[in-house]
Amino acid sequence: MWRYTFKRLIQGLVTVWFIASATFAAMHLVPGDPLASDKAVSPEIRANLEKRYGLNEPVWRQYTIYMGNLARGDFGISFTQKNRLVNDIIREHFPVSATLGLLAVIFAALGGILWGALTALYRNQLPDFIIMFLVILGISVPSFVVAALGQLGLVSLNNLAGVNLLPVGGWGTIAHMLVPSMVLGLSTMAYLTRLMRSSMLEIVNSDFVRTAKAKGLPPPRIFTQHQLRNAVLPVITVLGPAIAAITTGGFVVELVFAIPGLGRYFVEAVQQLDYTVIMGTTVFYGAFLVFMVIAVDIVYGFVDPRVRLE
Amino acid sequence: MPQSTPAPEMFEPLQVSERKQSTARPSLSYWQDAWRRLKDNRRALLSLYLVMGLVLFTLFGPFLWSVDPSAQDLDQVSQPPWADRHAVVVEPYRLWEGETNTSSEGSLRLAMAANTQSVRLVWPTMPKATGGYRIYRNLFPIGPQRAYGLPLGEQRQPLKTYFEDRLDLKATRYFYTVVALNQSGLETNEVRTLEVQVINAITIADALKRGLAPDEAPPQVGDTLTLALHPLGTDYLGRDMLARLMHGARVSLFIGIFAPLLYVLLGVIYGAAAGFIGGRIDAVMMRFADFVVALPFLLFMILFKIMFGIGPGESGILPMLIAMVMLSWPATSRLVRGQILQIREESYINASRLLGSSTGYLIWRHMIPNTMGVILVTITFAVPSAIFTEAFLSFIGMGVAPPTPSWGSMCNEGIKTMLTTPHELIFPALFISLTVLAFNLLGDGLRDALDARMRNTD
Amino acid sequence: MHQTPTPRPHRDDAEDNFIRSAGAQLLLFAAVAVIGVALLMFVLAGLVGSNAESVSAVDVERNMITISLADEPPQLDSGMGADSISGMVLGHVMEGLITRDAQANLSPGVAERWEINATDATFYLRKNARWSEGEPVTAHDFVFAWRKAADPAQASEYAFLMYYLRHGEAVAAGQLPMESLGVTALDDHTLYVELSRPTAFFDKLVAFQTFYPIREDFYHRTQGRYGADAEDLLYNGRFKITRWIHGASLMMRKNEYYWNADDVRLDAINVGYITRDGHSRFNFFKDNKIAYAMLQSEQLTSAMENRFHIRRYQDGALFFLEFNHRDDRPTRSWHLRRAMQLVTDSVELVNKVVKLPGYLPGRSLFPVYLRGVNRPFREEFPAPDPELDLELALSHIEQAKIELGVDELPPLTLLIGDSPLAKNQAEYFQSVYQQLGLTIKIDAQIFKQRLDKMKRADFDVVMAGWGPDYDDALTFGDLFASWNLNNHGRWQNAEYDSMVAIAQNSIEPDERMAAFATMQRLIYEEAVILPHYERGTSYVTHPQLKGMVRRAVGADPDLRYAYIERETE
Repeated sequence: MWRYTFKRLIQGLVTVWFIASATFAAMHLVPGDPLASDKAVSPEIRANLEKRYGLNEPVWRQYTIYMGNLARGDFGISFTQKNRLVNDIIREHFPVSATLGLLAVIFAALGGILWGALTALYRNQLPDFIIMFLVILGISVPSFVVAALGQLGLVSLNNLAGVNLLPVGGWGTIAHMLVPSMVLGLSTMAYLTRLMRSSMLEIVNSDFVRTAKAKGLPPPRIFTQHQLRNAVLPVITVLGPAIAAITTGGFVVELVFAIPGLGRYFVEAVQQLDYTVIMGTTVFYGAFLVFMVIAVDIVYGFVDPRVRLE
Repeated sequence: MPQSTPAPEMFEPLQVSERKQSTARPSLSYWQDAWRRLKDNRRALLSLYLVMGLVLFTLFGPFLWSVDPSAQDLDQVSQPPWADRHAVVVEPYRLWEGETNTSSEGSLRLAMAANTQSVRLVWPTMPKATGGYRIYRNLFPIGPQRAYGLPLGEQRQPLKTYFEDRLDLKATRYFYTVVALNQSGLETNEVRTLEVQVINAITIADALKRGLAPDEAPPQVGDTLTLALHPLGTDYLGRDMLARLMHGARVSLFIGIFAPLLYVLLGVIYGAAAGFIGGRIDAVMMRFADFVVALPFLLFMILFKIMFGIGPGESGILPMLIAMVMLSWPATSRLVRGQILQIREESYINASRLLGSSTGYLIWRHMIPNTMGVILVTITFAVPSAIFTEAFLSFIGMGVAPPTPSWGSMCNEGIKTMLTTPHELIFPALFISLTVLAFNLLGDGLRDALDARMRNTD
Repeated sequence: MHQTPTPRPHRDDAEDNFIRSAGAQLLLFAAVAVIGVALLMFVLAGLVGSNAESVSAVDVERNMITISLADEPPQLDSGMGADSISGMVLGHVMEGLITRDAQANLSPGVAERWEINATDATFYLRKNARWSEGEPVTAHDFVFAWRKAADPAQASEYAFLMYYLRHGEAVAAGQLPMESLGVTALDDHTLYVELSRPTAFFDKLVAFQTFYPIREDFYHRTQGRYGADAEDLLYNGRFKITRWIHGASLMMRKNEYYWNADDVRLDAINVGYITRDGHSRFNFFKDNKIAYAMLQSEQLTSAMENRFHIRRYQDGALFFLEFNHRDDRPTRSWHLRRAMQLVTDSVELVNKVVKLPGYLPGRSLFPVYLRGVNRPFREEFPAPDPELDLELALSHIEQAKIELGVDELPPLTLLIGDSPLAKNQAEYFQSVYQQLGLTIKIDAQIFKQRLDKMKRADFDVVMAGWGPDYDDALTFGDLFASWNLNNHGRWQNAEYDSMVAIAQNSIEPDERMAAFATMQRLIYEEAVILPHYERGTSYVTHPQLKGMVRRAVGADPDLRYAYIERETE
């Protein structure tokens, strides 16, 4: 087990290195000048700007310098937010996105398992139809619409109640976390519901459940120990990437609810061609994702005895 | 107990009968069985018809409703389908010199009939207006709170007591207010108000251009015409929504169907291979998949677009498709691999292998059908995701170039005016939802039909 | 006998039982989950930290207002780049020699009085101006700051403003040491400036943030982190930043060391929300969380419905269509440009496409708020009347084809940014120019790529905008001088250049304004650009917030003179 984990970690580091290199290459291949601004500057000032950000060196040398710094954990200074270290940016904003993302994933996972199990249980009856209808709404409405509607709903709610029930934006207390994380987790919850349902339905007809029933096991035990546990497996597989996707997909929610998360930097850095922030957030996000996947694989090995970790 | 040895007479030879075992029904292959079950599923059939309907709408719609999707009609901007389509023919617009008024008698009034071409206001001089006037327009009555509404402009000279409003005039009721400004430009409480009903106006030239009247019998000033019909209304530049939806379907459905199909296919092959082969190769393959997932989507989209040499103003649909496929397959491959890992250990796989089946046969005949459920769910979720990704990309200029429409980009535009002109959002969103619904139900039906374990269960 | 397979019964008692108990299990699971999640959120809230106080837009007790900004200030070093967000914050927490009062007139800031003539200027600083640590503001602080702005090692985008000082250009190019810059401190409270040429608007220039003071010893104490955080800045303005949580909020409190602290009527300005989304900010306003919000066209109806008091002002920017005049572009043909000019109706653009009150149809390079000799420039020298003539335009198209030597005009590439309004306008123009038989291809680029393409002249036409750097017509006028790097289309005209030279070097208002009038005429006759509109903004404010000033040039919105009106009645 430990050897497996160790091997995976080493592989993870290699993957992260590949990610960093590929992003570096892509970044420099994309046209556009990271130092361009609305006002033209004189050539001397331009030269000084380049020197300050290390852009006057040939590209391969920039690469080695950057990788060296990366190994020491130094992501450099942001191009757009002068005087701000990328490390600081990540350190200050990632916990916010992570909290938001974590809550969203928890809502999505719990909700998905719950609703999915319900629909499988009450297949072709009223609860099934209602839930599936909501699921379809959940996936066919884009995230920015849901976020905008969510905020609008809060405003109306506060107006109706006459007093501030829930804050319409910002960050800091439980009340601030509630609605944004639900909005963020909505489409993933819909997806997981479907997945869970499909998985459960297959299992309901499977041999081992029939055997368990034939054996006379009490139904609750069949449900939890056999059905649920097996149906959850595909959900767990997807959870790893889902977590990472949510953490950056949070961009829209962070924008609408004025939440100071990392997602905003991630998207805007590409638009602004802020090299250091692009590299910093990509490498960080990549490492996060890679290690999340490793963790999920290990958990999977525990949950499913049939899978032997080599 | 009677003791007897069986006597030969006790035994009679059995008659040989010709009767063969008759079959209850013809033997069906896996796919035939699946098709039969699909046909029986009413909801799946319904969705199949829906999908075919959408395809017909896309392919043949433009021939039946041949309105140009990029023709702008600035007189009918953002009109819902039930809007009043009557318009009065007027003279072409001529610059108005205004009317100066030195008397302080009278009230705020119209200089001519108010229509969507312009609203011309004149008013008497106001004694407190040493700094001029400010003109407001509201959609609602001003009321005691003195909510004047939108500030349209100012008139700095106290003697110039006229103003022309041409801002986004619609055929509705407006409440105008003229407020006197004091020396420092601050508002006093001296106001004049007027309620105005504006009517639709159109010039002779425009009427002929839009084919509302024949060239031989041009309309006269004062005639009432009916403006062009837009069954689903118009968008923010006055373009016909129905035509745009038909043309937009091509882009959205093309991307929305083919991209997910392709990348799920790619993911299935990759994941099945990885899961089945196992060992070192599996590890390497999965690490590569992790690598692809972590790449920043936007950056690589831009890169692909450049690599394919798409120039400005061209819709890079094919590169967008390829880029989406190349960046989205890992999630599916992980899912499939997980399933394969499970199934690989099942006893029937072992049995089949003992019977001498090849790897390909195992994968094709045994493993893939058993992962169908999960694969189909993934596809049905990938479709709306692809449509929205395309919308986002078009929005930031990486997708379809204007004026080419797509359902997703129409949604983007419609969201902005969600509260005032909901039809701009509702119709494209409805089409997307229908597509999504159809694929979901179809996916459900397919999964039920293709699920090997449900075979022979009815 | 053959058997018909018996259909499986849909349900039987055992299954019923099964479903019921499974349902009960799920409910229990759900209840546990909800409790668990609630606990988790509680823990998380404690960890992440609560920085949100219960705020309302106008807090009478604490004499504080809450506002929102569209973006995080990229940096607060006044000598470096100048975007509108950092300009707004710096305008509140720092003060230059000269400042602006509530009526937009120049008024004494750190300098009590000053003398400006053709070759030099002397500023007499007041003795009671202080930094937020208590130390007095001295002339040395200005000398340090100005030298730093010109220092090539700093690579400031606004170093060009120091060219107005003697040797400024040479210092910025690294040819002379910083000490040769034409500014010296005669003593602690007298600043002596040598000008490189007569500058009629030097007093207006000095009000800009690049000329704010910076204390040398404090700057070195921050060790390269000057302007990065609240404690890395020293303040001499009406307010000081007491807390800055990046990307989230910023708190400005009254600076008790400010020389005119009694005139500051607010105790605090709380930037409680930072988000780019205009809809969200409007929602915050409706929820009584912030004291003012900008309105986009989709929000106008809602604002009227809610009976908000709507105001508007010119925010200073001019937007126009810029042609590429280089030799390899079809737009070098005057006939082509004239044809396009004859069908461009900026009135229709503003009234039917932009649909926002406050936008003025563009008629000239010089916006309406610029001052002439005694009255607004556009009153003294009206812009040429717009002409719209499709027939004439078509004949110019034919001439253009002859001039360019082609049978068919090639498609033109229109470069735009990625904002939604830009897209709408581009689509509108596509249809307008189609009347001339022109095909317009829209090239929508995100910010940095658009800038890059403009610099590399990779466009035929571009929808561009320009905002004023200082309150004088020259900030727009010199845009199309042949030597200006911001003249992306590279239009060159000797007469125009000579007019710019007059405007730069003369201090006679009549002479300068006449030169600007000639420039205005030339721009129209040569169809150098096609003005689209002068941007205006509509906004709503909390009824109790008074004294907020909106500016076209300078820190905007200006809350330095703002106060909360107690609710009467």
